[in-house]
Amino acid sequence: MLYREAGQFKTSYAADQAIFPIPQDRYMLAGILAIAFGVVPFVLNDYWVNAILLPFLIYALAAIGLNILTGYCGQVSLGTGAFLAVGAYSSYKLMTGFPEMNMLVVFALAGLITAAVGLLFGLPSLRIKGFYLAVATLAAQFFIIWLFYKVPWFFNYNATGQITVPPRDLFGFRLTGPEAVPAVRYLVTLSIVAVLALAAKNMARGHVGRAWMAIRDMDIAAELIGIRPLRTKLLAFAVSSFYIGVAGAMMFAIYLGAAESGETFGIQQSFDVLFMIIIGGLGTVLGGFLGAAFLVLLPIGLEAVLVEGLGLSTNFAEHVKLILLGSLIIFFLIVEPHGLARLWQITKEKLRLWPFPH
Amino acid sequence: MNAEVTTAEAPAAAAAVADAPENDTAPAEERAAGHGAGAAPAPAPKETLLAVEDVSLAFGGVKALQNVSFDIAKGEIRAIIGPNGAGKTSMLNVINGFYHPQEGRIAFKGQLRRRMRPHFAAAQGIARTFQNVALFRGMTTLDNIMTGRALKMRRGILWQALHWGPARREELEHREFVEHVIDFLEIEHIRKTPVGRLPYGLQKRVELGRALAMEPDLLLLDEPMAGMNLEEKEDMSRFIIDVNEQFGTTIALIEHDMGVVMDLSDRVVVLDHGEKIADGTPEEVQADRRVIDAYLGVPND
Ligand SMILES: Nc1ncnc2c1ncn2[C@@H]1O[C@H](COP(=O)(O)OP(=O)(O)O)[C@@H](O)[C@H]1O
Ligand SMILES: [Mg+2]
Repeated sequence: MLYREAGQFKTSYAADQAIFPIPQDRYMLAGILAIAFGVVPFVLNDYWVNAILLPFLIYALAAIGLNILTGYCGQVSLGTGAFLAVGAYSSYKLMTGFPEMNMLVVFALAGLITAAVGLLFGLPSLRIKGFYLAVATLAAQFFIIWLFYKVPWFFNYNATGQITVPPRDLFGFRLTGPEAVPAVRYLVTLSIVAVLALAAKNMARGHVGRAWMAIRDMDIAAELIGIRPLRTKLLAFAVSSFYIGVAGAMMFAIYLGAAESGETFGIQQSFDVLFMIIIGGLGTVLGGFLGAAFLVLLPIGLEAVLVEGLGLSTNFAEHVKLILLGSLIIFFLIVEPHGLARLWQITKEKLRLWPFPH
Repeated sequence: MNAEVTTAEAPAAAAAVADAPENDTAPAEERAAGHGAGAAPAPAPKETLLAVEDVSLAFGGVKALQNVSFDIAKGEIRAIIGPNGAGKTSMLNVINGFYHPQEGRIAFKGQLRRRMRPHFAAAQGIARTFQNVALFRGMTTLDNIMTGRALKMRRGILWQALHWGPARREELEHREFVEHVIDFLEIEHIRKTPVGRLPYGLQKRVELGRALAMEPDLLLLDEPMAGMNLEEKEDMSRFIIDVNEQFGTTIALIEHDMGVVMDLSDRVVVLDHGEKIADGTPEEVQADRRVIDAYLGVPND
């Protein structure tokens, strides 16, 4: 047996509560982290950082954020694009208003500002649910994007209406702007995402996470055991928006370097991140990573096979991508709501019994 | 979903409810006789835990409850019986603040209660199970029961994110309590199973576990044995008696099986068409003409 759970007795509740109670999982995670921190920075190039690593990590963070709200707490949101924009514009205003501010502080504050905005737009969730809440968040999406487009203060009155990141260092290394060092951009992003992913996992397995899931599964029963619906939902909105805000700030400052409200943070972003958590798995932190990897890699893979391999047109590859995405979303929504993360878990269960399946 | 109501709150009424008249039954003795516990019954002085006075509740034209009054003494098992649609579930919903009666007063632990939200009733020490199981289906047995500790876990979001130091200690401390509940209900083997995959009888047991994890002063059980086979009913009866005797939890129980009601309960309230038609020991109630006509005479679901 390669992989086993049965027969591994936990000696204490502390061991049983661990994030990865099974040693094999721990080894695998340690291995991935060792490669991500110790090997990748030395072999990466500009293309890898810009096309794969940064979008993967940043979208994974946004997806973890949306998953807290939608997957764990059951509140559907189509406002992700707008919350990414709030994070991006906050970081821009902070960086230009306070040029000396440490970039880690910029990201944290951008997250907090987005959390406050998320809290505000979460208020209707006390009264409205499901489809209607989704429509309300859609309204927030359009309103916020319109605001960033209409109020010149947000883009410092420049003529283009775009925001462009000023060059900034972190611990003496160039992190943003045209001269940024790829390995620095990657390592900073990776560190922030790793820390926040761990924090998300911790929240999810504690009493806050259980309260979110209780509200998601049956809000009336949750209230009757003393969980306050509004407070719990607002907390989910705030934490989720914090994550998405930090992702938006990093997307602008580290990954893209420039942004323009509707162009960069339109409704398509909201849908993309939603697709990530549906395909990756609702209500799991792992799902954020799997979904982001899938959506970032899918177009690259299709392009490589269809355009470069078979000589078909880029347009055709784009259509194939949409068809594939659509079918996958239908498949996961109907057949496996817990997404790729659940398929991974099933594979592990199979491995556990292999080679003696019962 | 329910009409705006203002509960009549005259100060005099508060005093009246708080000093509810002594009841002339002796719960402890009755129960000892009922399920043959054998232990010498202590003639404990009866303190009223919950007093319901003249409660009326209507949904549009449907009068779910009409001028219902009764009390629940501390430490007793109080059954509420009656035909389907009699208003039993509505009564529990009123007690835990989910429905707001148009008229009447409710005093819990001697305090007259104002209009409130259900989470406040939970904070006051009222727990409950549902006629149709209301578990959190996406969560495991363990997590479901852990949610019962929600009100007792205080570490904020930042500690949660760290999951270290005080937050971790708090989690482990409550985990230990919950493990006792799990042992007590003999559901160790399904600890990590998502409740959606459990058979109905076990789901009911997990739901009881979640309520017990709240360490309530008053436990409301809405048909805890509905849809169970004989063996499961016996198990559940044993758990209810054990909860009452070991932890001293006061229990209000809705149940159709008269055998179970006779065995378990100290006193019985009988509702019919929203009205109280009898109130007394199981023997008294069973012999009551109106009860026989309304309920016992006709076969029930
Ligand atoms: N939320 C509600 N809205 C409308 N009518 C209700 C509601 N809850 C209960 N009722 C009505 O109140 C009456 C009593 O119902 P209920 O308390 O569920 O009875 P029981 O639990 O004794 O079977 C029924 O006629 C039922 O239809
Ligand atoms: Mg009922």
